[in-house]
Amino acid sequence: MSEFLQALTDGVLGGAVYALMAAGLTLIFGVLDIINIAQGVLVILAAYLSYALSVHLHLDPLLSLLITVPVMFVLGVVIQWAFMGRLRGGERTAMSLLVSYGVAVIIEGALYQTFGSQFVSLQAWYTTATVHVFGYYLPYSYLFGFGLAVVALAAIYLMLYRTKFGRSIRATVQDKTAARLIGVNVDRVAALTFGIGVAAAAAGGAMYGLTTPFNPDSGYDLISRLLSIVILGGMGSIGGALVAALFMVTAEEMVNFYWEPKWATAVYYAAIVIVLLVRPQGLFGKREARAQ
Amino acid sequence: MTARIWRPVANLALLAAFVVFPLVFTNPAVTTDAVYTLIFVAAAAAWNVFSGYTGYISLGHVVFFGSGAYFTAIATLDWGLTGSEVFWLLPLAGLVSAAIAVPFGLLALRVRRHTFVVITIAVFFIFQLMAYNLGITGGSAGLLTPPINFATATFNNPFYYVALAIAAGTVTVSWLIRRSRFGLQLRAIRDDEDRARGLGVRAMRVKLGAFVFSAIPVAMVGGLWWYFTIIADPPDAFDPLRDLTIALMAFLGGLGTVAGPVLGALIIEPAQLYFFPQVGASYVYLIVYGALFLLVILGLPRGIIPTAAELIGKWRARRSQRSPVVTAGDGETDAEIAAGRRAAVRAGESAL
Repeated sequence: MSEFLQALTDGVLGGAVYALMAAGLTLIFGVLDIINIAQGVLVILAAYLSYALSVHLHLDPLLSLLITVPVMFVLGVVIQWAFMGRLRGGERTAMSLLVSYGVAVIIEGALYQTFGSQFVSLQAWYTTATVHVFGYYLPYSYLFGFGLAVVALAAIYLMLYRTKFGRSIRATVQDKTAARLIGVNVDRVAALTFGIGVAAAAAGGAMYGLTTPFNPDSGYDLISRLLSIVILGGMGSIGGALVAALFMVTAEEMVNFYWEPKWATAVYYAAIVIVLLVRPQGLFGKREARAQ
Repeated sequence: MTARIWRPVANLALLAAFVVFPLVFTNPAVTTDAVYTLIFVAAAAAWNVFSGYTGYISLGHVVFFGSGAYFTAIATLDWGLTGSEVFWLLPLAGLVSAAIAVPFGLLALRVRRHTFVVITIAVFFIFQLMAYNLGITGGSAGLLTPPINFATATFNNPFYYVALAIAAGTVTVSWLIRRSRFGLQLRAIRDDEDRARGLGVRAMRVKLGAFVFSAIPVAMVGGLWWYFTIIADPPDAFDPLRDLTIALMAFLGGLGTVAGPVLGALIIEPAQLYFFPQVGASYVYLIVYGALFLLVILGLPRGIIPTAAELIGKWRARRSQRSPVVTAGDGETDAEIAAGRRAAVRAGESAL
């Protein structure tokens, strides 16, 4: 029983962090209709930024978010303005995959060049200090990560549903042309949304680095997980991303405990395949419109 | 009329050049790169038959590449095959991957666009995990080839000619498909799937047919790749970058054209093989590669072949308008000019 509770706790706490990273991805997809393959490596970039700040300036990883999140937001706006926003025409979606992949490769190369290929992890007092729950010991970093993820997700939610800017984002998701007609500056919304999506990745990056060792290559593993969360939850749905992320991490932990660790990821991907057989649009996705 | 005579001649000359290539350039370093390049020519041309013609971008074709590699490896080791006997396994590897492609396609082709792309990625990761964890694949150590007893001086030649045969065969079939009713149905799906259905195209069957066909050459070169590189291990046989490289080749040359992916592969693979050892242990090559990648996609979004076709078409149109034989005189309407321009673009396309 305690194993079950432990798996569940790990799933919920870890899942929230994945939900935050995936929320950025799904937001970008919903507004811009593009897949940002670079999201995984951007998370790792943010983790490295926090790492550099903590090594050189002895800044606490969670405090460093005050610097990394704005920096990553600006980077996101620049990527959208310089590359993604320039794509036009029917092959836009496919091209966005390739363009964001190009961005990812450049960032990966820069990270390798700067930090090398060895695994590092973020250190703070709360990565080693533990708290006693359900008969086992849990590092505080999991709790802090969970708390921050919840706060950040709530902030994104409030921004989307309680602000004027959020309304213009939702209008853009619904119908780009109509949004433009009623005076929404769609290009600006797109750039800012990309920035917010990347900033969410940055926030997730610090928490990821606190619980998992990483190197520049970790971005590939991450992006495959984030994409599957977004697909399972339904593309463009933030609530869906939350549910799917919790499901993914919990399912993995369960397989870890009750079966074999090596199949943990495979079980999750198999679950996606089965869900999509029944609901091709994902759990909370809207039925796909006509292919353009 | 001249095009009808010149094109087969030009194609045959090109093929002949490929055939004599290893006889002229005997340096093993050159022929090694040539084998890898032809492997990518075949893979990109095959990928294009599905993704280029239908517009469904698959990032899961490495599943077929890796499955072909592992099937060839396991069969070779189990049956104790040596030397050129192994090459006879390649068609079988193609069939095995075609059998994998049927359920894969039935699952993935139910959805469109983004979701399709991501499902192909998910299936890809399932296969990579299986390669790591199944008993027969040798786990993360991978599977080694038995010793190959080809003569040292011409060691690469058997691989080269097998790769050339697969590549030439794939391009030929790709060309035949593009001219056929089947190819027209595929492109109708790309342009507007719902309308194509409305006009009586059995979309699922047609898409699945292209998907399964495109798996076969990819698996064959996958098997050849294993035999040539001597080892298949999970991160290399199921390498996600290979899918993106193939897609980039097709995009650079011209998605959905017959010659485009071939041209793209002939440019990108030798460039990669040339540049990567140059910068050696440093990771600068990743940055350079990514930057070139962006430059190509943003600078030539439609690819080389369509862009060149348009330029040639425009040039011909201008020339023919100047010449007195074609010009109809003052009475020419806008519509006639437009029709003439379209014909010119078509002429440009067919010239390539």
